[in-house]
This record gives sequence, structure tokens and C-alpha cells, in this order.
Amino acid sequence: MAQQIIFYILAAIIAIFSIMAVSSKRIIRSATYLLFVLLGTAGLYLLLGYTYLFAVQIAVYAGGIMVLFIFAILLTNKPGERVRSELRIRRYVAGITAAVGFAFCAHIIYHNVNKVSQLVTLNEITPQFLGHTMMGTEKYQYLLPFETISVLLLTCIVGAIMIARKR
Amino acid sequence: MDILNNIFSGQVPIEAYLGISLIMFFAGIYGFLSRKSLLMILISIELMLNAAEMNFAIFNRYLYPEHFEGFFFTLFAIAISACETAVAIAIIINIYRNLTSVEVGSIDEMKE
Repeated sequence: MAQQIIFYILAAIIAIFSIMAVSSKRIIRSATYLLFVLLGTAGLYLLLGYTYLFAVQIAVYAGGIMVLFIFAILLTNKPGERVRSELRIRRYVAGITAAVGFAFCAHIIYHNVNKVSQLVTLNEITPQFLGHTMMGTEKYQYLLPFETISVLLLTCIVGAIMIARKR
Repeated sequence: MDILNNIFSGQVPIEAYLGISLIMFFAGIYGFLSRKSLLMILISIELMLNAAEMNFAIFNRYLYPEHFEGFFFTLFAIAISACETAVAIAIIINIYRNLTSVEVGSIDEMKE
């Protein structure tokens, strides 16, 4: 019962703040609402039982990407200035597209989801298991994606510095 | 519907989790199509990515609770989206340096 209450609170937070983030007139407010959405998503991961994913979501998304966003916003806008919104017709087309897509996907989900999928208790993901799976080379172990991600991170660091350096 | 019957007893059904990620995803699509500033478009892309990653974790938890492929895919997707956001913000800052504006409509000249 506590799980359902916490789930509904987090779900309300995510839904309300994600809609406010895309329809706000000031961009710093959008960034703040996005931060709340990311924290709510981290809470949902914790509720699902994935504690490591909760920690990574907070550290990387809420703590890393949001700081980058705030830097970029403050470097390219005057804070507090209102964003000039798009033409009305464009907003209506976007809203209709989003609503049609939402209805279509919602119909597919609620028509096809098996209503007897139960929530079995999860074996806890121990750090030993995480380490073995991330660094192993057996069938369900992920050493190759791990090394590829590290090369990708290095490439993005070098690329971002090259693009944004002072000439 | 039996969703309304056991709204506070029983467990949270998978449709509730999927509905939340659906709302987040289509909020991102609305923001992507209807915003003028490049940073707002990037915020909408982050919302869409987050919704997709949450879907992976939800399906892993409900349909395959003893395997962990969805969990690891979400982990790698978070890392990839961090890289992509960093490069996108570097490009946006460079655009601002050259054009003093980060609106989508102001990037309309090709280099000679």
C-alpha cells in the first residue's frame, strides 16, 4: 500500500512537471521543472528495485546534465527574459500531433498489455554481480559495450572542447 | 475495470508505469515541435530519452525479472545521452558566439 501511494505521488510529480517544462514561457523555469522530472524518474527506478540505476540517474542526469543545461542557458540568454513563443498554428499542430500519437500508443498499450503480469521480488543486484557482469566476457556480460562507451566518452570530451574553445 | 478495483490494494500494474513514460514522451514531442529556442528543443529531447530508458527498466522488471538486459541497456543509454547532450551544448554555445541568437529560425545561411 505504501508503494502505491509513493508511486502515485511520483507519477503526479513527473506528469505535471514534464508538461509544465515544455509549456513554460521562461527557459530557466523549464530547466528547473526538468530537474524535478529527472528526480521523480530516479524515485521510480528506486521503487522498481534498481538502486544502482537510481544512483546513476541522480549523479549523471540530475547532477551532471542539468548543470550543463544551466550553464548553457545562462551563457546564451538573459535570465528571466520571456521566450517569444511560436506561431499559434504551429503550436496547435504540435499539440494535435502529440495528442494523436499519445492516443495511438495508449491504445496499443492498454489493448495488449497482459493484465496478469505480477511483480515478483527482485534478487538484489549486488556490487559483485554488477562488477562481474560489466567486466566479463561471457554470454550475458558487457565488457565490450563498457569499453565502447569509454571511447565514446573520450570522443565527446575532445569534440566538445574542440567545438567550444575560444578562438 | 479492475484497475479501479485495486487502486490501493494489490501491486502497481505495469500499465500505470507505462502510462507515465507515455506522458513524458509525448510531452517531449510537443516541446520538440513547438519551441523556438535550441535549448528548449534539447530539453524536450532529454524528456524523450528519459521516457524510453524508463520503458526499458519497466519491461525488464515486470516481464523478465531474473534477467538484467534492460537494466544494463538503461545504464548505457544514460551514458550515451550524457555524451550527446554535452556535444549539443557545445555546438549551441558556438552558434551563440557566431550569431548571438539561439533561435532555430536564425540559422539560415550556409557557409560560402
